[in-house]
Amino acid sequence: MILSYSRKGLAMTADTTPIASIEHRLDAMQTVLHRHGMQPDAFIDTFDDLAHVHWVPANGAGLVARAWTDPAFKELLLSDGMAGVREAGLSMPPHHRHFVVLENTPDIHNVICCTLCSCTAFTIIGLPPDWYKDLAYRSRAVREARTVLREMGLDLPAQTQIRVWDTTADTRYMVMPQRPSGTEGLSVDQLAAGISKDALIGVAQI
Amino acid sequence: MDSMHDLGGQQGFGKVVHSRDAPVFHAEWEVRANALYSLAVKCGVFNMDEYRHAIERMTPQHYLSASYYERSLTSLATLCVEKGLVTHEELAQLAGGAFPLAVPSAPGRGNHAQRMAFVPGDRVRVRDEHMAGHVRMPGYIRGKHGVVISKSPAYPFPDAHAHGVHAEDEPTYDVRFEAIDLWPLGAEPAQVQVAVFESYLELATAGP
Repeated sequence: MILSYSRKGLAMTADTTPIASIEHRLDAMQTVLHRHGMQPDAFIDTFDDLAHVHWVPANGAGLVARAWTDPAFKELLLSDGMAGVREAGLSMPPHHRHFVVLENTPDIHNVICCTLCSCTAFTIIGLPPDWYKDLAYRSRAVREARTVLREMGLDLPAQTQIRVWDTTADTRYMVMPQRPSGTEGLSVDQLAAGISKDALIGVAQI
Repeated sequence: MDSMHDLGGQQGFGKVVHSRDAPVFHAEWEVRANALYSLAVKCGVFNMDEYRHAIERMTPQHYLSASYYERSLTSLATLCVEKGLVTHEELAQLAGGAFPLAVPSAPGRGNHAQRMAFVPGDRVRVRDEHMAGHVRMPGYIRGKHGVVISKSPAYPFPDAHAHGVHAEDEPTYDVRFEAIDLWPLGAEPAQVQVAVFESYLELATAGP
């Protein structure tokens, strides 16, 4: 049983032994996996590279920019997101079996959340940002989306219908933001460079 | 299980602390925490449903006071103890202090006996069921009516998969609910789409 809490989290257990620091608890688990031959040290380096170099929102931005400029690819991406991902040479983990791309229009604005944990199409739009995993976003996005978006800097017109997508299974979603006007002369790469992770989640526009 | 993780629609958490280009990780240990549970999944120590359920089994006090990656670490440690890779006492010894874990699991279940397939446009009701084990149905849709808009490929059924119970894979349906039906008098107008496993749904016989 837990007896007391501090701002940093749990402080003591019922036997009054102080709780080990988070780093020491993590070191302990790393030792356990090492003892079982899982080679955690090497995998931490691998994971760090995946998280920071390969699983980046530039992947999703590239899909969107290509769809903006290539009607056939847009049709593919919207009708079978996984096929679009494969066509672009990207991949998703085995447990993500379905990828749904949600097209924003002047009438409909899509936004993604995960109320139960913090699921995202992480290989395509990057691992979730801090605020996406916080209790406030997880609790409020489904119930007061318009206010939450306004607080985050996106004030949608009153007539725009908001669609919130709660990622409660292993289907993954990505928002296709509206292409800004005045970008007709830009290349796919130039267009992609302007598409943020926030826009792919649906809490920002371009 | 009805637990603290089921946050959709809960009130009082305040404003979202948002910054542009917000970071994923804030410390080196957070990267390690993510890497280590991913490694355990990759090595087949446990699956993602077991991982999620072990987070849900943290006491509400611990869940709310822990950071996101402390929850990851607690799930990893709990499952490694439950699967016999290490004892709780050894963990405390290795860590040099107490090592709080999640509480034990209740039994899981197989597919629903009256499970049936739906097509887009079907009006459905979410079964009014309260399971003690792992469930991927957010509490805010329980007993509510919605409309099926699409169907996914079949996935392992989480209520079984988190507990080592045999079950058939089943699809999920993106079901559209109106926020004002989910929280009458207490929500802003919006359409809320939720990915709902087939076992959680029944055909609606009449309007709400």
